[in-house]
This record gives sequence, structure tokens and C-alpha cells, in this order.
Amino acid sequence: MAGVRLSNVSKRFGEVTAVDNVVLDIGDREFMVLLGPSGCGKSTLLRMIAGLEDPTDGEIWIGEQLVNDVAPKQRDIAMVFQSYALYPHKTVQANIEFPLKARGVGVRERGHAARDAAQLLGLSELMSRKPGALSGGQRQRVALARAIVRNPAVFLMDEPLSNLDAKLRGETRAELIALHQRVEGTFIYVTHDQVEAMTMGTRVAVMQRGLLEQVGPPQEVYDRPASLFVAQFLGTPPMNVFQPGLLEPGEHLVGVRPEHIRLDREGPLTARVALVEALGYERLITCVLPNEVRVVARTSEVDGPREGEAVFIDAEPRHRQHFDVETGKRVEA
Amino acid sequence: MSRTRTREALLAFLFLLPALVLLGVFVFYPLGRTIWLGLYRGGGFGGAKTYVGLQQYWDVLQSNEFRHSLGVTFLFALITVPAGLVIGLGLAVLADKHLRGMRFFRTVYSSTVATSVAVASLIWLVLLQPQIGVLTNILPFEVLKEPGLLQDPTWALPALGIVSIWANAGFTFIIMTAGLQGIPRDLYESAFVDGAGGWRRFTNVTVPLLGPTILFAVVVLTVRALQTYAEIDILTGGGPQGDVTTTVTYLIYGRNSVIAFDTGLQATVAVLLFLIMLVVSLIQFRGLERRVHYG
Repeated sequence: MAGVRLSNVSKRFGEVTAVDNVVLDIGDREFMVLLGPSGCGKSTLLRMIAGLEDPTDGEIWIGEQLVNDVAPKQRDIAMVFQSYALYPHKTVQANIEFPLKARGVGVRERGHAARDAAQLLGLSELMSRKPGALSGGQRQRVALARAIVRNPAVFLMDEPLSNLDAKLRGETRAELIALHQRVEGTFIYVTHDQVEAMTMGTRVAVMQRGLLEQVGPPQEVYDRPASLFVAQFLGTPPMNVFQPGLLEPGEHLVGVRPEHIRLDREGPLTARVALVEALGYERLITCVLPNEVRVVARTSEVDGPREGEAVFIDAEPRHRQHFDVETGKRVEA
Repeated sequence: MSRTRTREALLAFLFLLPALVLLGVFVFYPLGRTIWLGLYRGGGFGGAKTYVGLQQYWDVLQSNEFRHSLGVTFLFALITVPAGLVIGLGLAVLADKHLRGMRFFRTVYSSTVATSVAVASLIWLVLLQPQIGVLTNILPFEVLKEPGLLQDPTWALPALGIVSIWANAGFTFIIMTAGLQGIPRDLYESAFVDGAGGWRRFTNVTVPLLGPTILFAVVVLTVRALQTYAEIDILTGGGPQGDVTTTVTYLIYGRNSVIAFDTGLQATVAVLLFLIMLVVSLIQFRGLERRVHYG
């Protein structure tokens, strides 16, 4: 069992800096989610931990070992790829056994371990099939079984759910959380999906343009985003941003989550309702300010304003977050 | 048949016509003509020919000349196909790296595909020439000296094999490279993380996923080997000792062949070669396809 420590890790490809001086301490048995838009460097970071890329600068520690110059094989890790990377010519059994076979484990022992892993993931009936004869969800489980069969200290997962349909993704999320609790390993999980980040991670590390923007428990990152980028990346619809002086006097940008926007008979801002989206359990009301800026409010009220109506916009002071106009960094009021 | 159906059938025939004409003129007519010719004896250069029927096939199959040439042909395939496959695959794997300058090596390795067999043969004729040949002068082997590799009864066929392997290397290299590029990188990376070394990645990822490409290469290289003609005609003329390198195709077309002027016999041998290649290809497909995984 081991944690992972990234100490000033950078990766440059020619002129491009993919990962920029990242410092991150991932605890033993933690479920760390690396979150960010595509191209933010999260996958490159994961690949450096795996040993598939060499860092240009910095140190990567797994447990007590500095692994910069250690081959993937010796790092005690397993990786699940977005494509699952199953061997199409091998049966499910042979796929799951492969990491053990590659390490010279005997036939008997690895057969036993593969059956255990398969049972944990409900694959026992499919052992003699080949990947081509499996559904997307089943393939994904085979990839997971192959990762856990060796009982590694660290599991690296690169967007493992992104090829599943929405329903299956929801189910598999819950199973991955359960799996994390059972296998007692450290999980490092790359995704661009904020729902996965919010629901699965014990902590979330949000990245943008190679930089680590914020690290913390999901709720804390959601409630107190360290920057405008984090504030707008996490949450659907994203946080509303008001120019300085619009919602309240002052020189900072003011951010308010849609669920904290109050549509009222009076308030500091007037707006017109442009769109009402009824989602069953809630409504999203898009309003347009006189300066054409859109503000989205989320409400559970059924009798809200209708399209075309004039409304007043307000938000309680405790729900207003402030960001610097220049840097976008959070400013404490 | 209704009027529209007739019209549709006519239209379909019209669309098929260009292909039918081309195939008819260049494949079906010559094939039929060859089979017909094979039933006669004689007939070269407008000479008289006599009908002998299927008896001719029996005669050819019984003859020492045909049996000998068949043996030479299969030996030649045995020399060239496995070695050609291994060399082509090896070069492709070596060049399948994202390194600076690899484009240059890819061009070099595939260059023989743009070299005609006649040119390739002439290059090797110069290389192996016993007095002034480049290889003769830089390599210390006695066998390269007069009368030279191509006139040595033991080495003539292997020497032709080398020329043929060299001439086919570009083709094999290109299709193997194409096959390699179809293998997802993830599979290699996954195997690497799981602890598989280079050889294990080669045997567990590269070879199985190249299965269809390898099968294709084996069939095509075998057919090419069984049809080899130009190298022999240019480099050995079927000799030394008259028939050491006389393959079935050389028996058919060669100017030194014992049946050189008997169109009927030539046609019979040609039809037999066609049947043999058909059977060999079928056996290869049947035998190898069970081991091949199509993605």
C-alpha cells in the first residue's frame, strides 16, 4: 500500500508545457480525481505516474520509492485505459491473467487469482469469451479485473467510463466506489466529467493548462472554488459571473451559483426571462440582463416566472463569491 | 418478365459490361484457350498440332522434367517465403518507432517495391559477378570466385532466393508497416505497464494482431515464389547443369526448357501450375485462418 507524491513535476513537449510544476500529495488508499478539460495535462500527469512518460522536471514518489527512473513493471501500479486496451485475441480469462503471466506467475496461481478477480466483478460466466463478444460494460469490467488481479498498491484510471452510455456510467460509478473500498488501494482517476469527480473522489485536483488550480474534497471545491475557472468548470449550469459593481458595489467579479439566484419582485438588477427549461424535479430559468449578459437560476418552484416576463435578480450576500478581475483568483470578502 | 424488370436487367448488364470485357479479354479467354491448347501436342510457331486429350496431363505428371521442376519450385518457395516474411516483419518492427530520421529508413526499406525484377536481377548479377562483382571482392568466401555463386549447383538456387527475397522485401515491409499501424498503441502501453518485456509484447500483441496481414503476406509471397521467372531467366537460364534452377514457370516459358517449342505441353504445365497454386492457397487459408484473429 502506498501514497503518491508529485514534487514540482513538469512535462514539456518541445515548446508546449503539458504539465507545469505540479505539487500534489496523494494519500494511501485515497480516491484522487484529476479533473479538467481536455488538453489540461491530467492524462499526461497520470501517464507520468504510470511510467509511460518521463517527467521533464520534478520527482515522482510512490510510497517510499523515487520512481523517476523505475520501469512501470517495478512501480506496483495497474492502469485502466479509456479504450480498455483488452487483447482481442485472448479470452477474458487470458486477459485477466496477463499481468500475472508477464511476471512469471505459475498457471495454477494465476488461474486462481483471475477467477477471484472475475467473481468480484461478476464476470465468472464470461471467462471463455473473447472481448469482441462482450458488451461495453462487460469489457470495462474485464479491464478492471485485469487491474485488480495483481493487487497493486496504486490504480491509475484514464477516463474509464467515458465509453459507456449514461445509464451504465451511473451504475459503474457506484461500483467503482465500492471497489475502491474493497481492494484497499490508492486510486488516481482522470476525468473531465464533473459528476464523476463530485461523486467518486475523496479529493479532487482541478487542472487547467498544465497547472493545478485547486485540490480539496469535492464539496469544498464546489462551495469555495479557488478561481473563476474552477467555479465555472464545476457545476451545471456553471456559476453566474457579474461584472464589478453590477450586483453590489465593489471592484471584484461576483459569482453566484444558479441555485442561489433569487428571482424576486424587487432587487438590484432587472432582467427579462428568455427561457424556462422544466427538468421535472427542477427548472432552469435563463434571464437576460439589459447588457445582454445571461443569468441562469435554478429553482424547484413550479409557479415561477414565465418566458418574456420581467424579473428582479438578487442573491444573499453569503452566497456571493468574489474573484479578482485580473487574475481570476478567489478574493475573501 | 415485366418491362421494367427487363430494362433493369439490361441496365445492370450495361454496367457490368466494361468489367466483363476486360476480364474476358485478359483472363477468361486466355484461360480457356490455354486449357484447350493443353489437349494438343506440338503447335509452336504455327506448326502442326495433334489432339491427345487428357492423356497429356498424365504424361506430364509422369515425366521426370515436370517432377524435378516441381521439386525445385517448392524448394524455392521454402527458401524465400519464411525468410522473406521474417525479414519484412523485422524491418517493419524496427522502423515502427517514432524516432527522428525513421522516414528515411522507411523509404530505403520500401524502395525495392519500385524496382522491377529485371533491374533487381541485373543489380545482383553485377554484385555476384565472379571477376568484378562487388560482393566477390569484399567477402572472403571461396564459393563466390569463378565460376561464381550462380553457376554453383549447390548455391545457385539459394542465390536466386536471396535476389527474390531482396526484391520482395519492399512489398512485405510496406504491408507489415501498414498492419503495425493498425495496432492500437494502448495495447502496447497496457502490456508495458503490466510488466511485459519487448519479446512478450511482440509475441502477445504484435504477432497475433498482425495475423490477417501475415496470412495475406504468406499467400501472396507463396504465389509469387511459385511464379518466379524473370530472376531465373536473367541470372541462371534454368542452369547450372541444365536444370538445377528450372522451376515450373521456367519449364513453361524458358528458352532453354526442354519443351520450349511445344505450345501444347507448355499449356498443360501451365494449367497444372494453376491448379497447384490454387490448392496451396486453399491449404494456407484453411490451415492458418483458424489461428488468425480478425479484429
